Amino acid sequence: MSGAFHPARGPGDRLTGLFWRRPGVLLALLIAPPLIWLGVVYLGSLVALLWQSFWSIDEFSGLIVPEFTLKTYAELLRPANFDVIVRTVTMASVVTAASVVLAFPIAYYAARYARGRMKAVFYLGVMLPLWSSYLVKVYAWKLILAREGIVTWAAEGIGAGNVLNAVLSLPVIGGNSLSTSYIGTFIVFVYVWLPFMILPMQASLERVPNAMLEASSDLGATSWQTFVHVILPLALPGIIAGTIFTFSLTLGDYIIPQIVGSSRLFIGQAVYMLQGTAGNLPLAAAFAVIPIVVMLAYLVFARRIGAFDAL
Amino acid sequence: MPSERRAPLALKLAALGGLLFLHGPILLIFLYAFTTEERSYQFPPPGLTLKWFAVAWNRPDIWPPLILSLKVAAISTALALVLGTLCAAAMSRARFFGRDSISLLVILPIALPGIITGMSLRSAFAMMDIPFSTWTIVLGHATFCIVIVYNNAVARFRRLSGSILEASADLGANGFQTFRHVILPNLGSALLAGGMLAFALSFDEVIVTTFTAGQQSTLPIWMLNELVRPRQRPVTNVVAIVVFAATVVPILIAYVLTRGGSETAGAGK
Repeated sequence: MSGAFHPARGPGDRLTGLFWRRPGVLLALLIAPPLIWLGVVYLGSLVALLWQSFWSIDEFSGLIVPEFTLKTYAELLRPANFDVIVRTVTMASVVTAASVVLAFPIAYYAARYARGRMKAVFYLGVMLPLWSSYLVKVYAWKLILAREGIVTWAAEGIGAGNVLNAVLSLPVIGGNSLSTSYIGTFIVFVYVWLPFMILPMQASLERVPNAMLEASSDLGATSWQTFVHVILPLALPGIIAGTIFTFSLTLGDYIIPQIVGSSRLFIGQAVYMLQGTAGNLPLAAAFAVIPIVVMLAYLVFARRIGAFDAL
Repeated sequence: MPSERRAPLALKLAALGGLLFLHGPILLIFLYAFTTEERSYQFPPPGLTLKWFAVAWNRPDIWPPLILSLKVAAISTALALVLGTLCAAAMSRARFFGRDSISLLVILPIALPGIITGMSLRSAFAMMDIPFSTWTIVLGHATFCIVIVYNNAVARFRRLSGSILEASADLGANGFQTFRHVILPNLGSALLAGGMLAFALSFDEVIVTTFTAGQQSTLPIWMLNELVRPRQRPVTNVVAIVVFAATVVPILIAYVLTRGGSETAGAGK
């Protein structure tokens, strides 16, 4: 041994010494590759999207005019386009509301009553549908809701065929069959996004301390009063976090309404068609900016309520 | 005590009913892969047969998309593993200026709807005249896979105590030896879990892919085309089972790998 400090044996040791003296160098080296990737690929693309939404398309030649204009955004306000936006935002709101109602019992039971093995069943029971193939789930509903499918079969089996037909003949939400109606689109949206609502809800319910519930009942509250005045306010951030997911995912989806639904467009479908067959990239970009704006407004609102602590 | 009480029957039924609602539809995919009816989704199936598995195996149009999907998922996962781990390592080391913005930037690709990521990339490719290729698909997939690996790795880094790194240095290991012999074995299962989830996510992704693939066809895009213009419907079901298995098996492995920890994999997709 040559001394108290071990000798530098190679470049690895010299670099280690450098990192020790200047921790910032190591930090910069670690963070640079992911930051460059996300900055260039992701943020760069987002900027390209924004940029392009301020271009326009020449009505006669069909060519893109790369000059700054607000014309494309003005086109969003035309009735046909504005309807698409209203329809999508309405669907996202209804789907979100239904998801809250359906998810709550599952999250509540899993958080407050399920123990041991049951807990694992609930965890995997929510996790598997969350991660399993999105397209396969949508396809499954195509099978279920088809005119000759299992719902019609079951409804006729229990003598409710008339009820199904009555529902389908409703104006606006009805249609030729469930798989070509808004009802169908709605069911599939709720089904596919439900796990995204359950998980944050369950996480926030699990954080409600038992002592508070005991205190509440010691002070004479009925279980309903405890639920409304103690559990619900404490779980609210988790619920808001869940609604962020369901709302955002519905706003941007274009596969579900394409496969199960009427032919009326949603924002996602409009974007897809405009960038593809129509070749109108500026208008497609402007349409894609709408979900960003809606979500940003929603996130600001959610932040006020403190939903981010539950993410 | 409220938590010791038994659950009300209605709550229990609603919760179990909800779980059934989440799982029942998938089973139908399996049933319809065996039906003898190929033109409609008739229920109950008029008869059962195994022939669609053989038909699917011999359909030449299924293999290229499957291979492309595997290739894209493998490359994207590898890229995400490197970038996600680097990012997690940096974020767990220190509090620094802009740290919160970076964590926001990492989750943004899955926080915003997929169509925005897809359309953004499409705009960028158009502006820069980049032709569609396997790499344009990878570009999109790796971007949203980073956060999956990052989430898994950052939770494990948080648990990793700083004293064992100091012990390693005191015993004469340099930074690279510490990484190889101390950090990596500790991170191993978290990275494997993150990689599995990233692979599953990429293999199944369709929304971003439709914008970045051009004329190429991944397996989900092939499926999407079959859904819009069906030919032999049961064959689509056979492929659906393959896609389902390719996503569920990695998830189960990821779950087993991280079970019992405070950071069970997959809690945030």
